[in-house]
Amino acid sequence: MTRHELTRFPLIKALLKNRWPQLAVYAALLAGFIFAIFAGFVGSPVGNHNFSIVFVWIAWWAMLILAAVPFFGRGWCAVCPIPLPGEWLQRGAILELAPTGKGVSLGRRWPNPLRNIWMQNISFTLVALFSSVILTMPLITAVVLSAMFFLAIGSSMVFERRAFCRYLCPVGGFIGLYSQIAPLELRVKTTRACASCKEKPCYHGSEAGYGCPWQVFPGGLQKNSYCGLCMECLRTCPVDNIAVNLRPFSSDLATPTKRLDEAFKAFIMVGAALIYAGVLLGPWGALKDAAYRIGSGVWFAYVGVFLSVLFVLMPSLYALAVKAGMLLAKTSSAVRPAFAAMSAALVPLGLMFWVAFSLGFVFTNATYILAALSDPLGWGWNLFGTANIPWQPLFTGLLAPLQTLVLIAGMLWSAETAQKVASAAGVRPLPVIIYCLLATLVMLGLLL
Amino acid sequence: MKREILARILLLALCLVVVLIPLALRDRSLTLRARMPEDDGWSPQVIQAAAGQPLRLRLTSEDVTHGFAVGQMEMASVDVLPGVVSEVTLLFDEPGIYTFFCTRWCGLNHWRMRGTIEVSGGDAPALADAPLYVALGLDIDAPHPVPGVPSQIPSAARGGQLAEIVSLAEFSTPEYYRAHSPYQVYQDLVSTNLNAAERWDVVSYLWRSQTTAEGLAEGARLYAQNCAACHGETGGGDGVFADQLAASGQSSSQTMHGSMSARTPADFTDAQNMLGASPALLQGKLMRGGMGTGMPMWGVIFTEEQSWNIIAFLYSFQFQYQGVTR
Repeated sequence: MTRHELTRFPLIKALLKNRWPQLAVYAALLAGFIFAIFAGFVGSPVGNHNFSIVFVWIAWWAMLILAAVPFFGRGWCAVCPIPLPGEWLQRGAILELAPTGKGVSLGRRWPNPLRNIWMQNISFTLVALFSSVILTMPLITAVVLSAMFFLAIGSSMVFERRAFCRYLCPVGGFIGLYSQIAPLELRVKTTRACASCKEKPCYHGSEAGYGCPWQVFPGGLQKNSYCGLCMECLRTCPVDNIAVNLRPFSSDLATPTKRLDEAFKAFIMVGAALIYAGVLLGPWGALKDAAYRIGSGVWFAYVGVFLSVLFVLMPSLYALAVKAGMLLAKTSSAVRPAFAAMSAALVPLGLMFWVAFSLGFVFTNATYILAALSDPLGWGWNLFGTANIPWQPLFTGLLAPLQTLVLIAGMLWSAETAQKVASAAGVRPLPVIIYCLLATLVMLGLLL
Repeated sequence: MKREILARILLLALCLVVVLIPLALRDRSLTLRARMPEDDGWSPQVIQAAAGQPLRLRLTSEDVTHGFAVGQMEMASVDVLPGVVSEVTLLFDEPGIYTFFCTRWCGLNHWRMRGTIEVSGGDAPALADAPLYVALGLDIDAPHPVPGVPSQIPSAARGGQLAEIVSLAEFSTPEYYRAHSPYQVYQDLVSTNLNAAERWDVVSYLWRSQTTAEGLAEGARLYAQNCAACHGETGGGDGVFADQLAASGQSSSQTMHGSMSARTPADFTDAQNMLGASPALLQGKLMRGGMGTGMPMWGVIFTEEQSWNIIAFLYSFQFQYQGVTR
């Protein structure tokens, strides 16, 4: 596959190696993050007039799903401000390299049984279950953001490197999943150079930089999922063997996962998109009511349905489709590895589901961004003269055709992915393609 | 090391700035926050002010659209929108306790959404006269049905024609009108030799002559704004909240402080009750409230004139006023 190394351009390489540009973005985003928490606690409790809701769940989410993840993979993780304070305490420095031991972390190793993304699957599911209030109530958003902030600091104090990002962050899990699609990657130029490197400063650190915060050895990188694009290895590699490349979309899916935690992440994301579309955009008041009335009987019923769809119904039907594909291929091996491998087909499908869903509420609510820009706390300010811009859905005529196109593209993309991985998995792709088609039709029905 | 210190200072300064600047710029004027009555209504519920000095209020809603107005004060209602800050400046000439209230049907307990402005200083106002129903010694909670009702809707226009041939001077004073029910006047008109239907028409005319087109219009506006939610736009006691009140019963009534008996709103189209009620009696019910029923106390909200206009409008559910333009 064709790859174009971006780091061969001196300017790009210099920008990526220098810590100041990254720190400048970090600082701006950390200030924005602190302000979002502040706004959630002291600003107007009316969500569409509060920075914490409008800029986190509309502006940031739109940026993340519609641009950052599809085109830059973990590009957001490279500048995410949440781990910054914890990392500062852990390292004992924010910009320059501090002498070893100057930080205040216990530096424990993350427990082996938890070295997977199940915790991220759970944290995302928890956020999704409470999303009806998190997405609408600034105070709850502030509590959730604060919890993530202090959890990140706490995990940095106890564990080595970025344990929060790697194992706990509810957002990081799906960014990792969909980063496999992005046309951007960080890889080594040649594995031989890594094999002959004795010090492995990219992993252990050196005077030039820190060891990989994501606990990844770049020489073994085969997919984007766990590379946070922090560029430490670019700084530490003594033989200039690290490259940031442009590549074709979804290159990583050619080598599908064997892990169930990663496979289930794909189901959680597809299922959550379907349920979100029904609850947040659908016309069913009773369903919306059930999602909002946290702690009530109907909410527990909603939780039951939510969890059943994500963890039982969708995976079970998918397993049946994979099994049917194995029967068609006359393969008699175990279903589990094939099930995990074929989950690759759900990666482009899920991302396109989220893009289509996000287009719906972003176009609908985008005008709140301008209003909140002028009055971010709902205190009656009008900083840029846009506070009184009336709410108005944008591109209403364009939305449905665009969502349809996105979903069709996702369907075709998932079919192509299924075909690519099917032979290695020992299955015929048709049943999985039918599964993806049916899921797409359901999503179309919910959105249109 | 200098670069590290600089980076730390910049980072911390930026994080502090985004919090401290908004706090420094925050408008310190009193902000009156509106929430559904079930979530405690206005906050604060009591505001202090001084007579003769402007009181600047910033109004904002934290849930649905509400409205703000001060009872017995000439002011247009101010919309209180979710997340939007509106400003209003009030000036009180006299000390006293003023009631502010929600003017939008925000929910089942909308009418409970009230607060007070305690205005101090200045000359004490003169004591108000006792309400008319008190002066007349009326028991406004006693049933007041009439033994018979008109066979057709009494017409003020027809009554006006009859008024030219009979003497109605003793029935035409405001004092007489306010102190008597339509049925009492109907009975008092026996001496005129008019038949029953004609007497009811004359009563209708007398009632209409005690108000004006403007008064009726204002009564209709106040009724639509404040009464129709429970009593219905057509007076049938079937407003949008009536069913909810009935369905929620005691529980809805206990969401605020204490309990009360849940009663269906009065039906102003019920001739048997309406024709037995004098304007003074209706005004008493209106101004005092239902004393334990769902009927709120409007005495702190409506002026005397407004209350008479509403009462005049209520009788339009019994009498045909078309054809009378004055």
